[in-house]
Amino acid sequence: MSVSRILLGLLEPHSQHGYVLRRRYDEWFGNSRPLKSAQVYATLGRLDRDGLIDLTGVASGVGPDRRVYAITEAGVGELDRWLDEPEVPEVTSSRRVLFAKVLIALSSGRPAEPMLDRQRHAHLDRMRELRAQRQAGDLLTQLDADFEMYHLDADLKWIDGAAARLARLAALVSRVDDAEKESR
Amino acid sequence: MTTQGSKMTLQGSDLAVRFGRTVALDGADVTISPGEIVAIMGPSGSGKSTLLHVLAGILRPAHGEVRLDAQRIDNLSDSRRSSLRLRSFGFVLQFGDLVPELSLRENVELPLRLLGRPRAEARRRGAELLGHLAVAELADRRPGQVSGGEAQRAAVARALAHKPSVIFADEPTGALDSVAGEVVLDALTGLARKEGSSVVMVTHEARVAAYADRTVFLRDGRVAA
Repeated sequence: MSVSRILLGLLEPHSQHGYVLRRRYDEWFGNSRPLKSAQVYATLGRLDRDGLIDLTGVASGVGPDRRVYAITEAGVGELDRWLDEPEVPEVTSSRRVLFAKVLIALSSGRPAEPMLDRQRHAHLDRMRELRAQRQAGDLLTQLDADFEMYHLDADLKWIDGAAARLARLAALVSRVDDAEKESR
Repeated sequence: MTTQGSKMTLQGSDLAVRFGRTVALDGADVTISPGEIVAIMGPSGSGKSTLLHVLAGILRPAHGEVRLDAQRIDNLSDSRRSSLRLRSFGFVLQFGDLVPELSLRENVELPLRLLGRPRAEARRRGAELLGHLAVAELADRRPGQVSGGEAQRAAVARALAHKPSVIFADEPTGALDSVAGEVVLDALTGLARKEGSSVVMVTHEARVAAYADRTVFLRDGRVAA
């Protein structure tokens, strides 16, 4: 999650101090990982240094919480660029681990099917949790849960596809193994 | 003898079914506790629908047994199994399977009328359920005159009408888009929980299975670990 670009976007409608920005961030995106105060101030400091925001004043009170920032013209340009640019379609590294585990299990002579069964159950358990959150939550919570559920659903489809082709995959892995033994 | 309205444990033990040379079930064991919602998943041909049909007393297993509480139901005569299905089970199929010549209201009242309940009671219960499922204003329309989602909600109402012990649902949202599907699943699982009915639901969609308390995964006619 690009915290700096999100804070930039939250600042655009009008100038704000760090406390309000952090509260809004956590309200919208904090489910996965709430922001720490220090992270907000460090990020705002960097944005200020890069000329994307300006310190425009200090609200009454004590501490960095009270510094008021506004987005600059360069900041608006950067925000436009970030919003206009499609994200690189990619899967997260934790998802790749599943693929790696299957291949390593098969190449080391371990059965991959029980591993995939356990993973399927873990995914389904998480989907049940998300569905319960979704049912009890507001629209933001629902869309946040949907995002994760669709990704888990995609993982589960991959797990089913892999489970259906384990025998072929095991044969492939063992052929590679045999070829390597012969070449030694 | 089972009592309508009471909630019971459904248990299938060592179930085997063959269709010619094809092994559909090969020693499947499953227990559904009272009020539990269970999803059955598995690859195509793994025996999901066959298991549902055997547990529901539609199909007789070649081996093993099915019990509803203490009563063994797989070896009952066809007419006794049919009567037990009417009393103790409800069904929601992929395409609703409502009687096309009857209105939604008449479809929902049908199980109660077949059980010999007074017309006024059937009317009251039908109106209550159609109201819960937000299709009360469509009660006098026939299934062909409403959307797929609305018909499926009426099918849920019909399945619940006689407060069955177990509701069997075979791909209950398979013919619906995701939003209409969610409405049907919310209704089915919400009302079943409220009234204490168990649900056994075959699905190939994880998002549907997420409505269940747990998932039974079948592979080659057996329950995978």
